[in-house]
Amino acid sequence: MAATAVVLLAAGKDPIATYARLFDRAFIEPGSLSNTMITATPLLLTGLAAAAAFRMRLWNIGAEGQLYLGAVGASGAGLLLRDQSGAVIIAGMIAGGLLFGAGWAVIPGLLKAYFNTNEIITTLMLNYVAGLFLTYLIFGSRSFWRDLSTFSARAFPQGKPLPAAAMWPSFDLNLVVLPFGFVLGVLAAGLLWWLYRSTIFGLQARILGDSQSAARYAGVKTRRVVVTMMALSGALAGLGGASEIGDFRHVLDPRGLQQAGLGYAGIVVAALGRYNPFAVVLVAFLLGGLANAGYSLQGPGFPAGLVGVLQGMILFFALGGELLIHYRISLPLPFGERGLSRQ
Amino acid sequence: MTVNDSIVVVLIASSIFYGTPLVFAAVGELLAERSGVLNLGVEGMMLIGAVTAFWSVQHLGGPTWLVLLLATMIGGAAALATSLIHAVLAVSLRANQIVSGLALTIFAGGAGLSSYIGNVGSLGGQPAKHEFTAINLFGLSGVPVLGPIVFHQNALVYASWALVILALAYLYRTRTGLHLRAVGESPQTADVMGVNVARYRYAHTLAGGLLAGVAGAYYSLAITPNWIDGMTSGAGWIAIALVIFAFWRPELTLAGAYLFGLFSSLGFVLQAHQVPLPPELFGSLPYVMTVAVLVIVSTGWAKQRLGAPASLGVPYIREER
Repeated sequence: MAATAVVLLAAGKDPIATYARLFDRAFIEPGSLSNTMITATPLLLTGLAAAAAFRMRLWNIGAEGQLYLGAVGASGAGLLLRDQSGAVIIAGMIAGGLLFGAGWAVIPGLLKAYFNTNEIITTLMLNYVAGLFLTYLIFGSRSFWRDLSTFSARAFPQGKPLPAAAMWPSFDLNLVVLPFGFVLGVLAAGLLWWLYRSTIFGLQARILGDSQSAARYAGVKTRRVVVTMMALSGALAGLGGASEIGDFRHVLDPRGLQQAGLGYAGIVVAALGRYNPFAVVLVAFLLGGLANAGYSLQGPGFPAGLVGVLQGMILFFALGGELLIHYRISLPLPFGERGLSRQ
Repeated sequence: MTVNDSIVVVLIASSIFYGTPLVFAAVGELLAERSGVLNLGVEGMMLIGAVTAFWSVQHLGGPTWLVLLLATMIGGAAALATSLIHAVLAVSLRANQIVSGLALTIFAGGAGLSSYIGNVGSLGGQPAKHEFTAINLFGLSGVPVLGPIVFHQNALVYASWALVILALAYLYRTRTGLHLRAVGESPQTADVMGVNVARYRYAHTLAGGLLAGVAGAYYSLAITPNWIDGMTSGAGWIAIALVIFAFWRPELTLAGAYLFGLFSSLGFVLQAHQVPLPPELFGSLPYVMTVAVLVIVSTGWAKQRLGAPASLGVPYIREER
């Protein structure tokens, strides 16, 4: 807080007034809590995607691209099923998002499992490929996703709008309106928590995260766990893309999706939540509030880049603080036991 | 049409042109990794270098060569300052280097500080007042084949060649280079030898930042002489992958960088020759090839982790020695 105050001062803003306004715009003003939920929903889903993989030290940085593919799958399903009933369309969109996201993530998962290829680089490279693919679908081709019905749509490329029945429901709780995607995200968080805590797969993933060789000695099928976890992580990010389409955008919008940087923000959310699914829900809510307040404050005097700066700084301080939290004065081990303790 | 206009010569010359920023960034990352610090913030540092160098070019007056020199140095210095954050977190506070590096890229990258600086300075949408242009070295640019490839490049290309030679000499022919390698392989041993592990790690992380900044300046002053948010579009990540392809050896980064320069330029050259394929396909070529080459490298040598410093990414805690 103090450091971001310095930044705000440097940018010529009064920090205390800004904080008050931020808090106001994020949580207090009428309707602001619902808007916070809207910005928190994709952060929750991409945050869970990153948390699932990072928890076992599988560094899936590809939530960004997996989210794009999820959006492609969900909007494709929504357009294909346009004549069906609302429930069928929405189920199809969720399935499309999950499958496309998982499918995109399985590529680096297989490369990691069978060739031991560094997943940080491969997932990241695939983000750029996915972004170009999105652009190609709308701007570079006459694809199924592109609207070619009117003259202006042919001149200025844009996606086909989804039918009204493809809009996801939201839940009005008087105080706050919950988007369907947020509800799905909370369910997914519970599922992820249960998966890591109470299933054999979760145990295997935790062992693999701690020590590859221990996992192999314990008879864990390491390749299967890696690929499955990548698919799961990608499916969550893909669901984030589906929610972007179903809850908010209702059209495949390459520019808007790429500018939002939701996948990268998910990394911040996961790291701040220390990869705990429930903490991720909370962090997504808080960062959603920050982003929401940021949007409403973002006039000509509050330039776009500050959001990334603030996210980065929050992460830096969280990382630096961890040393202090875990700092213990410990006596060195007797000489003979050292080799064991380090392995 | 002479031999110098043939597609092969044009492709080789332009792959050197497009590959050069990767040489700077990869050699910088290599130095940091040799000291045991993995810095995933290259993309962010490059963008800081690009935006500050571009700002300098727009605001400094003087002869072109001096402005360009100063701008490149300012870009390098700004990125060096950015890398200090990672050095403090990774070396002094022993934070998780992967998350810290990612945080650096988010902080400084396309939606972060670099974009903010570009916004505040309203740098977008204007052409650079000065840019790096090809020098006709010794007047030999007309020589068949070698002329455009070797003797008609910009100053930073020649600087990158000098850098690779210097890095080689430094790593393998100097005492500090030997100490550096010791710090990366076994900081315990280096510490016993009397080498200050933290100081080496700081120095080389900062050197990595400096070179990433120069690489960024190359984007905003040579490749596309203007400022666009996120203009390096993943080159920082390709540079990190290049260090792996090059088995942590400077001379091999040169080959790798030019290979990727080739993939970047292939799209432009083939489009100029009216090949009817979508531009997005060419655009994705460098990324797809990065994955492909990484797979080839990791299958063949995965077991030995050939060349990777043994303590890469591992914080050094003296009390546990």
